[in-house]
Amino acid sequence: MLSKPFFGYAKPKFHYELLSTTLPQPATIALPATVTLLLPREMGPTPSPNLKPGVRVKTGQRLTWNGDPMPAVVSSVTGTIKGVRAHLGDYGNKFTAITIEADPKEELDEQFAEATGDITLQTLVEHLAGAPGDPSLETIANAQTPIHTIVVYGGDTDLLVDTNLYVLKGRMAELDQGIKTLKQATGIEKVVVAVPRDAFQNFDGHFSADVQSVPNAYPYGQPLMIYYQLFGRILDQGETFEGQGVFFLRAEAVASIGKAVIDGRVPVEKTLTVMNKEGRKKVVSARIGTPIGDILKTMNITLDDRDRLIFGGPMTGTAVYSEDLPILPDTDAILVQDSREIVLTSDYPCINCGECVRICPANVPVNMLVRYLEARQYQEAADLHDLYSCVECGLCAFVCTARIPILQYIKLAKFELAREVPAEEE
Amino acid sequence: MNRQKKLIVSHAPFMHIGSAVPGRYYNVIIAALPAILAGLAYFGAPALAVICLAVSSAIGWELLICLVSKRPNTVGDGHAAMIGIILGMLLPAAAPWWMVVTSTFLAVVIGKQIFGGIGANPFNPAALSVAIVSIAWKNYFDFNAQLVNFNFSFNAFDPLVALKAFGPEVVDNYSLGGLFLGQQVGGIGSTCGLALVIGGAYLIARGYVRWEIPLSFVLGILVTATLFHMVAPEKFAGPMFHLLTGYTLIGAFFLATEDASSPVYQIPMLMYGAIGGVMTILIRNIGAYPDGIIYAILVINLINPLADKIRPKAIGKVA
Repeated sequence: MLSKPFFGYAKPKFHYELLSTTLPQPATIALPATVTLLLPREMGPTPSPNLKPGVRVKTGQRLTWNGDPMPAVVSSVTGTIKGVRAHLGDYGNKFTAITIEADPKEELDEQFAEATGDITLQTLVEHLAGAPGDPSLETIANAQTPIHTIVVYGGDTDLLVDTNLYVLKGRMAELDQGIKTLKQATGIEKVVVAVPRDAFQNFDGHFSADVQSVPNAYPYGQPLMIYYQLFGRILDQGETFEGQGVFFLRAEAVASIGKAVIDGRVPVEKTLTVMNKEGRKKVVSARIGTPIGDILKTMNITLDDRDRLIFGGPMTGTAVYSEDLPILPDTDAILVQDSREIVLTSDYPCINCGECVRICPANVPVNMLVRYLEARQYQEAADLHDLYSCVECGLCAFVCTARIPILQYIKLAKFELAREVPAEEE
Repeated sequence: MNRQKKLIVSHAPFMHIGSAVPGRYYNVIIAALPAILAGLAYFGAPALAVICLAVSSAIGWELLICLVSKRPNTVGDGHAAMIGIILGMLLPAAAPWWMVVTSTFLAVVIGKQIFGGIGANPFNPAALSVAIVSIAWKNYFDFNAQLVNFNFSFNAFDPLVALKAFGPEVVDNYSLGGLFLGQQVGGIGSTCGLALVIGGAYLIARGYVRWEIPLSFVLGILVTATLFHMVAPEKFAGPMFHLLTGYTLIGAFFLATEDASSPVYQIPMLMYGAIGGVMTILIRNIGAYPDGIIYAILVINLINPLADKIRPKAIGKVA
């Protein structure tokens, strides 16, 4: 557990990870016995005959629920479908979980290779669904207002995570190819690569894109904060990035596109940072869909009751409930926390000490905001106390003396408000 | 699925700086100890009795109100003990037991719990309680009358009362150094300026109190008192006399800085403190009361919600 320094006058500051110039080879996780892929749709009637237990799939093969081309997920292994079941994700998002028993004898699907001669946006959308880094290009294809800028963030959005900066430094050629392909396929000329300031010198002019630097201090790599820095705006109530004509991609997603074009097949290996209970980190590479348990076993990490397993970084990640859950295309890190390290939140009221207000990078009056959020006055919180200026960095909850789960309140408020709007429109 | 491990699932962030509510208030209590020790040295055993009764009865009221209102027991957070100890520091050493118990009732129940408990009190509970009690039982707050049976080696006439009664020529009867070391009659923990400054510096260094409020409070007092003194030196005492007498320093470091009733932004904090200092001197110099700190604190507590509206614009907001 972190502890408050004895002299607590100055406020704490955090910096993102900066990798040394010599990049280590990522540890490769052996092919797991089974992988689980999440198809981003609810199970429905009339599943395709290709999505039944016992059907054989090839590496790189597109799996869809029925005849519709989307949504789709690309198989990361060769093997036999073992089961198809419903899966409930965060914020009530529904998925279909497809479990595949992996066969060590790899067969490659050739569909993408055949399509590489003429790369269109549709090809990318269909074949890179669920590729490492989660290039959700469907958003560009379906955007109501045309997307005018693609922002590629080269650093990591959370502390302690190395993944994207690792990809940025280690796979520059693939990244550059990815940017070129993206420009060509989408017709969007403006691609901004945002990189941490300390690494700016290494990248300026190396990509066929506009390279811009963002401060290396947390939370300047948060998507909402990058959006503010690049465009001077925030996402107000009911607005989305794509609605504003901006599309965010991880460096790894762009590298995946580049690698797919160079190799002629869809990449299936996800790079991620794994941190054990002692805080030692390692960059590993694993098939998408690998159960977390397999990775922990390879890394010699033992998990006990009441420990915490986190997807993503320590400030904005998501705690998961089982080590059977698979690695997803957007899982940049796995953190394991010992039960003794865990500081639980409390239901204490705000004591108005002002720590949150002083650390907030967005100047949100957190002390007032949290009083409204506790009382579920979400609309008032948005109107009077700048709920939508929040960049969701979690620093307020990190310093909160009363240990109020402020970030959770804020995310819940935004979620509830987003849910209310469609109900009113009906 | 019995082999499944039971993991803790919670919302981000997954790290915490490690601060907590009890630590905050225990540190205020620690910071108050030098001033209390100085008070014990000057006033002896009766002062110890008052302090002990104030702390224990404050905790008792907190416990009782938690039981009656069927709310979780919050005695452990140290807030009630902190209120008790600050209140004890404001009381005269000869305060009768019933007055101490009533004061802590007013502070903990009326000042804090009926507003919703910790964090919801609009006024500093200790200051509110002293304001009520000092009006209700005026004679018991007359330090001259209360401490008449004590033997002091210094001028045992309440300096602010003397100033009110006889004008600024009495200032010569007190040495500023003596006042700073606590050679004056007054509340148990509020006389020794040196000890209060040590306690306040500790709180500021540990980050429990921001420097803005004490500094602007003291500056407000010094500047206003200087102006008065310059205009009419025959009517008004000098700034240092005001700074070192009465509740001034305990007000600056312990009363005005209470969390819930003070602002959190820099400019509002500076305003809040400065207005407190100005109000104090206005009450002392042209008001009816010898010491205006308690009322000045209550007045600035009132402007706190309004003052905190002066804040930096949140990102992306135009208006």
